[in-house]
Amino acid sequence: MTATHSLPAKGQSVIRLSGVSKNFGAVSALTDIELDVKAGEVVALVGDNGAGKSTLVKVLAGVHQPSSGTIEFCGQQVSLDTPAKALDMGIATVFQDLALCENLDVVANLFLGHEMSPWALDEVAMEVRAWTLLRELAARIPSVREPIASLSGGQRQTVAIARSLLLNPKLIMLDEPTAALGVAQTAEVLNLIERVRDRGLGVIIISHNMEDVRAVADRIVVLRLGKNNGIFTPESSNQDLISAITGATDNSVSRRADRKAGEAQDHHGGAA
Amino acid sequence: MSQNSSQPMLDRSDERVRHDDSLAAMAKGFIDRVRSGDLGMLPVAVGLVVISFVFSALNPIFLAPNNLVNLLFDCATVGVISLGIVCVLVLGEIDLSVGSMSGLASAMVGVLWVNQGWPIAGAILAALVVGAGVGLLYATLYNRLGMPSFVATLAGLLALLGLQLYILGPTGSINLPYASALVRFGQILIMPDWLSYTLALVPGLVMIGRGLRTRTQRLAANLSAQPMRALILKAAVLTVALEAAVFYLNLGRGIPWMFALFVGLAIILNYALTRTKWGRSMFAVGGNKEAARRSGINVRRIYMSAFMLCSTLAALGGILSASRLASSSQQAGTGDVNLNAIAAAVIGGTSLFGGRGSAYSALLGIIVIQAISNGLTLLNLSSSLRYMITGGVLAIAVIVDSLARRSRVSHGRA
Repeated sequence: MTATHSLPAKGQSVIRLSGVSKNFGAVSALTDIELDVKAGEVVALVGDNGAGKSTLVKVLAGVHQPSSGTIEFCGQQVSLDTPAKALDMGIATVFQDLALCENLDVVANLFLGHEMSPWALDEVAMEVRAWTLLRELAARIPSVREPIASLSGGQRQTVAIARSLLLNPKLIMLDEPTAALGVAQTAEVLNLIERVRDRGLGVIIISHNMEDVRAVADRIVVLRLGKNNGIFTPESSNQDLISAITGATDNSVSRRADRKAGEAQDHHGGAA
Repeated sequence: MSQNSSQPMLDRSDERVRHDDSLAAMAKGFIDRVRSGDLGMLPVAVGLVVISFVFSALNPIFLAPNNLVNLLFDCATVGVISLGIVCVLVLGEIDLSVGSMSGLASAMVGVLWVNQGWPIAGAILAALVVGAGVGLLYATLYNRLGMPSFVATLAGLLALLGLQLYILGPTGSINLPYASALVRFGQILIMPDWLSYTLALVPGLVMIGRGLRTRTQRLAANLSAQPMRALILKAAVLTVALEAAVFYLNLGRGIPWMFALFVGLAIILNYALTRTKWGRSMFAVGGNKEAARRSGINVRRIYMSAFMLCSTLAALGGILSASRLASSSQQAGTGDVNLNAIAAAVIGGTSLFGGRGSAYSALLGIIVIQAISNGLTLLNLSSSLRYMITGGVLAIAVIVDSLARRSRVSHGRA
């Protein structure tokens, strides 16, 4: 892989989106999205189901092309036509559906599309690199020569994350990286995100788990119905965040909280 | 091996995995794999043993050296077509027009060479180029218009057959000159004995050579390696089997050059599928097209390469069958050629569902198919019965494939 740009200095923009929209026929999945991710920063994308998070990730990964708007990568305006182009530029993605080939083994999946010595595959070197990478992630993969089909959900997730790091990207996007993981592995992934950030990469993480988001994110960008709906810091109150996500101060989460509080009080009152 | 005690090998640090190092453990591993639906070459081995017993009991000539030499001549023509079928099957696609394509190529060689007076090389090249062009057309229909390969090639089956009949004209059949190199290649050219014995040594030597190199590299990189005993045993068994086969065939006429060409192509395709980036991409696209696309693989180009390779190899198979029959006729490529080519790949272990297969499946599968066809011919059965039996064998092969796949899925080895 030839790096077209060197890693930008800390605090400078890795990727900047302005006015990005994406329509699927009559449905506008994204409308005028503004997003700025700096080097050495973790940005969390949160929002309800259907808020457009995954669509946004796919636009940045070159899977979908935006209907309008501009994308600047490392200060230069770019068009991400294909996944290959995004990968070559240094945008790595861990998709929610992981995008692994179940019939191939772990090594083949890690190096898919970027095999060492294309005319006489260097299996030994690839296997060594695979073990080193998995060890860095403290991953518990029993064997890298078994097909992906034989791995558990969490192990597959680890393989997908390891693959995104293989090409030394400048921006890494993780779509629900901890959804399938156990307690220890979730902590490992969060550690990993921090390590990646400290190396000066930009990180975008999508998660429904507010605890994970608060633990690692420097900024929290809320999407609602395909539009920007506020930027928060991890210190913002839960109520503010949830009202931004659901779009109302009076929402099902707050109503439930009120009801629970009410019940607790009644209970209290009854006992007194 | 002193490092073993202090620091575990990279791939041996997980205690949950059983490692089959001793020969007994390897045998156990093999049985486990078969049970879980990873049949490999087992159906072929079983098939060949059954076929040999049945047909040699019915007619002892079946196992005579010269009959087997004829069998190898016949294998080469459809076998080359089957190599191309392996490529499209690995992607989970199909080409139903390979029979017609081979017929068209055989007609082109006859018309251009005998009737039009082209040099033979020019006629062969033209047929191969047309084959590549047809593959390109299928790939374009698939990539740009989203036409399922099943339908596109079914249309091609008819269209190419029509073209074959058209260029052959009213006479319908062209005889190729018997003294020509092409016909001699398809009927009498046999490898000298010494060369066949020497070539039969090569696979074993390559196996040991490559095995030793990989072993040294793996041990140097602190990875486990195959034990020497197993490597030498495998190579020895392979060499003894090949030399015995060559010895037996040399009791008759010997190894046909045409079969050697087929084996050579199978070896090249096997290398391309297993040891190059292209091959890895083929299996990735066959396993999960979207995942392959997101990994940066140019999926369209992979489809294009497979369809073009398949049609070109089909054209080559047609040229070989013209040289085998010393004629280009309206019958070339019709009948069971299509299904035999597909059945050979499936019997050899290439899955119809994509993502699994090997070039050697065409090599071994076609031997099974041609052995059945040859045995039935020796029994003087009518072609009506032969078609029914071959159809039954194809059905059994596909059933075995489906059941094995179901078992693989439930054992996590899809």
